[in-house]
Order: sequence, then C-alpha cells, then structure tokens
Amino acid sequence: MDQTILLALLQDGLTTGAIYVLLAVGLLIAFSVTRVIFIPQGDLVSFTALTLASVIAHRVPGTIWLLDALCAAALVLSLIRGRWRAVVPYGVAPALLTLATCAAARYGAPTPVSMLLALTIVTALGPLLYRFAYEPLGEASMLALLIVSMALHFVLIGIALYSFGAEGVSTPALTEASFDAGPIAVSGQSLSVGLVCLVMVAALRWFFVRTLYGKALRAAASDRLGARLIGVDHALSGRAAFALASFAAAVSGVLIAPITPLSYDTGFEIGLKGFVAAVIGGLASYPLAAAGALIVGLLESFSGFWASEYRNIIVFSLLIPVLIWLSLARGDTEDRA
Amino acid sequence: MTGVRTPVFTALALILCAAAPFVLTEYQATLAGFVGIAAIAALGLVLLTGISGQTSFGHATFLGLAAYTTACMSRYGGWPPLAGLPAGLAITGGTAYLLGLITSRISGHYLPLATIAWCASFFYLFGVFPGLGGFNGFGEIPPLFPGITRGTAAALIGLVLIAAWFLCANLLSSRTGRAMRALAQSRIMAESLGIDTAKLARASFVLAALLAGVAGWLFAHVQRYVSPAPFGLSASIEYVFMVVIGGASQLPGAIIGAAVVVLLRDQLTEMLPRLLGSSGNFETVVFSLAVILLLQYAPRGIAPALFRRLNRPTPDGSTRTLPCRRMSTQGTLILDTTAVEKRFGGLIAARAIDLSVHAGEIVALIGPNGAGKSTMFNLISGALTPNTGSIRLLDHPIHGRGARGIARQGLARTFQHVKLLPEASVLDNIALGAHLRGRAGMLRSMLRLDRAEEAALLHTARIQAERVGLGDVLDEPAGSLPLGRQRLVEIARGLCLDPCIFLLDEPAAGLRLQEKQALANLLRTLRDQGMAILLVEHDMDFVMDLADRVTVMDFGEKIADGRPDQVQDDPIVREAYLGGVA
Repeated sequence: MDQTILLALLQDGLTTGAIYVLLAVGLLIAFSVTRVIFIPQGDLVSFTALTLASVIAHRVPGTIWLLDALCAAALVLSLIRGRWRAVVPYGVAPALLTLATCAAARYGAPTPVSMLLALTIVTALGPLLYRFAYEPLGEASMLALLIVSMALHFVLIGIALYSFGAEGVSTPALTEASFDAGPIAVSGQSLSVGLVCLVMVAALRWFFVRTLYGKALRAAASDRLGARLIGVDHALSGRAAFALASFAAAVSGVLIAPITPLSYDTGFEIGLKGFVAAVIGGLASYPLAAAGALIVGLLESFSGFWASEYRNIIVFSLLIPVLIWLSLARGDTEDRA
Repeated sequence: MTGVRTPVFTALALILCAAAPFVLTEYQATLAGFVGIAAIAALGLVLLTGISGQTSFGHATFLGLAAYTTACMSRYGGWPPLAGLPAGLAITGGTAYLLGLITSRISGHYLPLATIAWCASFFYLFGVFPGLGGFNGFGEIPPLFPGITRGTAAALIGLVLIAAWFLCANLLSSRTGRAMRALAQSRIMAESLGIDTAKLARASFVLAALLAGVAGWLFAHVQRYVSPAPFGLSASIEYVFMVVIGGASQLPGAIIGAAVVVLLRDQLTEMLPRLLGSSGNFETVVFSLAVILLLQYAPRGIAPALFRRLNRPTPDGSTRTLPCRRMSTQGTLILDTTAVEKRFGGLIAARAIDLSVHAGEIVALIGPNGAGKSTMFNLISGALTPNTGSIRLLDHPIHGRGARGIARQGLARTFQHVKLLPEASVLDNIALGAHLRGRAGMLRSMLRLDRAEEAALLHTARIQAERVGLGDVLDEPAGSLPLGRQRLVEIARGLCLDPCIFLLDEPAAGLRLQEKQALANLLRTLRDQGMAILLVEHDMDFVMDLADRVTVMDFGEKIADGRPDQVQDDPIVREAYLGGVA
C-alpha cells in the first residue's frame, strides 16, 4: 500500500469516526440519564438527511407532520391535566416551525436555513419519542427498555419509508473547498466534520460542567433517586437527554449525507457503529467512547479497503471481546431488581 | 398443566394435525406451517428469556445455521433432508456452545448487546460466505419428502411442535426447570443453593439454540429457499416480539405469540399497503407499536390473561425420601473461623475475627450498624473471600470455595431481603433447596426419566414445609404470602439442603410478635435436633431470648463473646451500643 492510499484511508476513517463520536456521545448521554439504549438514534440520522433533501427538493418533509402529530398528542394530554402553559412548546412552536418549513419547501431557502430547519425538526422529535415510548414504562427493566428501542426503530423506519420512499439521498456539502496537503487532497467536508465534532464536544463539555441544567443532568445520571430528591425533574431530565441525543444524531445526519447517500434504513447501521463505540466506552466513559468511535471509523475504512465484504463483520465482532473485557472488569451486577 | 387437561389438549392437538392435510387449503396449510415453525423457535426463546432470564436478540442466527447446513447438504451434497437435521443441530448446538462460553462471561445488560453484535456479524457472514449464494440466497432445496403436500408438511410441523412442547413442559416441571427459574430471579440465591449458574445458563442457551435449529431445518425444507434476510437482526427481533406479545414466562406464550405475529402479518401485508397507498413492511410498524403499548400497559403479554398460572400436580403420595446426612453429635465443632480479616481498600471491615458454632447451638452475631456483621456473614457464606485467616466447616477449609461449594459442604443460608421465586408455588420454592440432593439433568428431565427422583424431592420439600408450618399453602404463589411466611419459605428451602449449619440474616426483621415467637420455637427445635445455627440480628429481645451464645462486633473487631446475660452486662458492649457508659 502506498502512502497516498494510506493517507486517504486515514482521512476517510477519521471523518466517519468523528461522526461516530457524535453519535456515541449522544447515546451515552441518553443512556446515563435514562438507562435507555437509544438504538433509533441512527434512524434520526436518516430522518435528518431525508428531511433536508426533501426541503431542498421543494417538498414538504413528512417528518414535520410526525412532529406535529406528536406535539398535538402531547398538547391534548397536557391540557387534560390543566397545564395551559404547554400551549407554547406543543402548540405555538410547532405551528411556527411547520409554517417555516412549508414556506422553505415552497419558495426555496438557502441551504443553511434548510439545514437549520432539518436540525430543529429532528432535535424536537427526540424528547417527544421519549415522552411517548419510554416515559410510560417507568422503572421497567433494562430489557424492556431495549425491546422498546428496537420496536421504536421499526416504527421509525416504517414512517421514513412511508413519507420519503426507498430512495437514497445525498445532500449538499458544507463546503466544496479542498486543500492540497502533501500527497493527498484534504476535502473541506472532512475538515468541517472534524471541526463541527470538536465544537460539539467542547460545547457539550461546557454545558455539563458549567451550566445549572448540565449539572442537573449529571446529577440525574449519577444518582436518579438522589437527583429526584433534590428537585431535579425526572421526566424533564430524560427529555433533555433525548433532545441532546437527537441533536447529535441530526448534526451527524447533516454531516454524513454529503459523504454517503442515506436512505430510510441505512441510518440504523450508522447508529449501530456509534453504539459499538459507546459500548467500547463501557456505556459510561466519554473519552473512551470517543476513542472507540475513531477506532471504529478507522477499522471500517481500512477493512473496507482490504476486505470490503467483511467490513461489517469485523466492526460488529469487535464488540464481543470488548463486552467480555467489560464484564470481567466490572464483575457481576446481575440480580434482577 | 394439570391432570385431566393434558390428555385432552394432546388429543385435540393430534386431531388437528391429522386433519390438517384434508381440511386446510394449500394457502392455509402454508400459513399453519409457518406458525408452527415460528412457535418451535419461540419456545426456545421462552425458555431462554422468560424462564432463565437471559435475552437473545440473535435467535434467528441459529435458525439460519441449521437452515444453511441442511440446505447445502441436500442441494449440493445430495444428502436426504433427514440427514440435514442432526448435522444442522450439531452445527447450531456447537456454535451456541461456543458463543455461550463467551457470552456467559458477559453479565447484566451487556448480554443482549453481545447477541445483537454476533447476530449482525452472522447476517453479513451468511451474505458473503463463498458458495452460500450471497445476499440473494439460493433455492431448489428438496422438500422434506418427495411429493409432500403443504397439508402434510403442516401436519408434520405440528407433530414436531407437540413433541417440542412436551419436552419443554417436562423440563419446566423438574429440578432443572426450577433451577432455571432461580437463575432468572437471582444468581446469588441460586449459587447459595448449589446451582452452577454459569453452566446452567450455557445449557439453556444451547437448548434454545437447538429448538431454533429444528425450526431452521423445517424452514429450509418447507420454504425450499434460503437467504440471509430471515436470519438477520430484524428477524431475531421479531421472535422477541412474538415472545413479548404472547407472554415470555409461560410456554403457551410462544404459540400464541407466533400465531398472532404470523397470522396478523399475513393479513396486514396485503391490507396496509392498499390502505396507505404505498408499499413497504408496514406490518412491522404495527407489531412494533403493539409491542411498545404492551410493554407499557401489559408487560406480561397475552398468555397470563388466558391461562391461570398452571399448578403442578402434587405427586401421588409417594413417600420415598432422600438420604440425609448424619447429624453431628451435640457439641461437635461445626464452623470455626480463625483470624479472619477482610479489607476493602483502606477500610478493615473485619479484623482478626475468631468465631465458632457447635452442633446444637444457636450463636447470634450482633453489633451496631457498620460493625462488620454482614461482612462476616458474606465471608462465611462464600459471597466474599477473606484476605487472611481461615474458615473451616466440619474441619474442611471453605474460604474461597464460593457459595456453591460451601452449600455442598452443608451450609444453608437465608437472605436479609427475601429472595424467592414470587410466582412459583411455595412447594416449588422449597424444593429448590433440595437441588444438590438430586441428579437428574436437562435431558433426563425432558424425557421424564426423573420422575422417581422428582417425587422424592417434592416429598422432602413437603416434609420441610410442614415442619415450618407452611403445609396449608403449598400451592400458593410464594409472592402472595405475608413477609413473615416468606421468611419461613426461605428457611424451609434451606432445610431442604440438609445442612449441618444454618446462617440466618436478620430473620426477625419485619415479623410480628407471634411470628417471632413461632420462628424462635422453630429454631430451638432445629437446635435440639443437632443443627448449628448462626444468626445476624438487630432485634435484641429476640436474640437474648433465643441465643445460647452471643458474639458482639464493633468497627470490624470482636469485642465480646459469651452467654447473653454476660454480654448484656459487659461495659465494652454497653459503650459500643450506647456511646459511653450509660
């Protein structure tokens, strides 16, 4: 293998790895606060790409109607319980967003505006999915939560297929620029992916370390009961964690769709890679998960070069030794509560 | 399933199978066949998930292994389909055993994640492995028999399902079946009764895979076409859905779940796309929504709503009992710890503890909170290993032997927070304690070769139940009893172990006065029969009234040891409890 190929593979691997970092971090946030392994996160990656492509192609994306339906249901439930203030988040806000999306689809909008719309729609879906799929489960076992995650994944790809069809889409790159760096050309997209990833991680770190909400979320993650006792709203912290996770998914969707075409069901596979990375981090450590994500990205890129058919086998088999190591390191935590 | 109903159900099922070739249309027979195949696979998943508490999101992989094996053998090797069954089962069972070796090291919520990982790996492997036809698969696989009709195939599948059902039902009402349920409830409890949980978990895993293998073999020769799709992650999850919808904790759940999913899918596949004006797997969306709602509002599935928990027949007045150990003569040294020390990092939870219990003696271990009582209890029962010092039971060193080995040496224990199978009957719970005194394994239980031994186990359990005063509630679910009687179930379960020493962790906590008196009387009787008893207890009236000797611990050290009245007058003890001379 010559140096050019090596560097190109390295660039590819690090780029996709950076996207997996975002997904892994999102999964970790959702898991640590709610114990939910948010498998459908990958489907939200597809949702974002499909929504964005749809707006750009002057079609109103189906995801906005899904958001409206969920908001309407939440609004009705809130009003029944006499919470009139819910009108703003569940009534006014989605109405405005719907108007903006329809206008953008109808009259066209600059790409950054379309991206912002797609990001907002998908991010808003996260807490609503948590509200309707997971919250009613209460203190159910991890297993029940995991099965619900799987079921939700099927529901989401069904919705994606129904509203967007089976075709894959590509979206415009953030930048078309390209730089010569010695033997290879570094694409602007790769650089911006890395940059966005760094900014996101730094912003999340700031959020968790510096802000009151971030601290409350960390409290909820480290001791659910304790956090509840000092007044951290349990449902609210779960929804906030899901908002962050779906935001990470949405950003990943915007970043990855220019590189790999996405269709209604391919996001899941991307999500699984982020999940592999999160597991490498023991579902607990952010730095380890980030390192895991970069390893998965590199492994995928290099194995894709040598044994492309076995690429996924290699990535998924990586989990088994990791899981064994984790189990041995942690000892048994087994008794059913 | 109880007495009269089993033959009726069996006859009904057999008649249905016999009638299938004549009554069903070709299409209906095909559907019935797929229900049967799915039900056989789901039975395996019920055993694995609902009964022994492990989860697999990779069940379809095992169908795939058997299906591809038999498909290759019969299509390319010219073997008859029947030869593909043992070969397929060998490969499935072997793979499951290897995966089980690996995954049984994986604990808690990592296990389902691992199954997801290898299911995804195998899916791609089926797709890229040379000669397996890629992701499109290959066809022209010979049918089960030349010229077999759809109806006959459905009848055959039905017969296989009935056979599988009986094997599973036999297993569940046996020593191994009880142990599997204990595995799901609490591994610590299971190990304390001498159950090898890792081995049992592996065995259930292999058994579930073998059932899936049978289903996969049938699938290949009925569908006559194999491709990776029916054996991937989505298919695996569909089996999980079946079990959730049907009800994971009972065998009927497998059949109900399989029937609901397969038949509904058949209806929905046609109806939904027409309704929505678009094509796609929308039936999966419906199932998924159903599963989410079920888990939210009826997490136990359909079966429990239809079937009352099926009580086992109480065995026919067999009075054969199990051989018992010879009780040591009063005063023999049973348990003896010398200079036991346990450190957690810098904290010394137990320092140089000497403790002894003799046959026919009740020793109470007391002390303020944080004194190290629980640590000592865990060291003796094998939950912890001491850093230094020795613990001997009947002059055999037991430290580091693990809870299972110590149970084998004749130590029974109860738990501070009662650990029972709440849904199993009181008798079943108690019989669990006799696990080490039986030998029948999975295979013998499935073939009902264990009946004589099983009758003896249950008879022993009944004797112990009556001994502690639970004779009137043998068939009640243990979880429905008040706490005091649940503690008695634990004690009877421990007695079934035929122990020489009994460790009781706060047995009087949460009991009413009369219950305490009854418990104290029971323990005195046991003592008088020559048992050594060690109890950790906070209730001083209970302890001082009952114990022959009291050992007091404080800050990890033994500060007093003697008759209750001696200890009560000891100034050091008073200081430890009252924080200075009162």
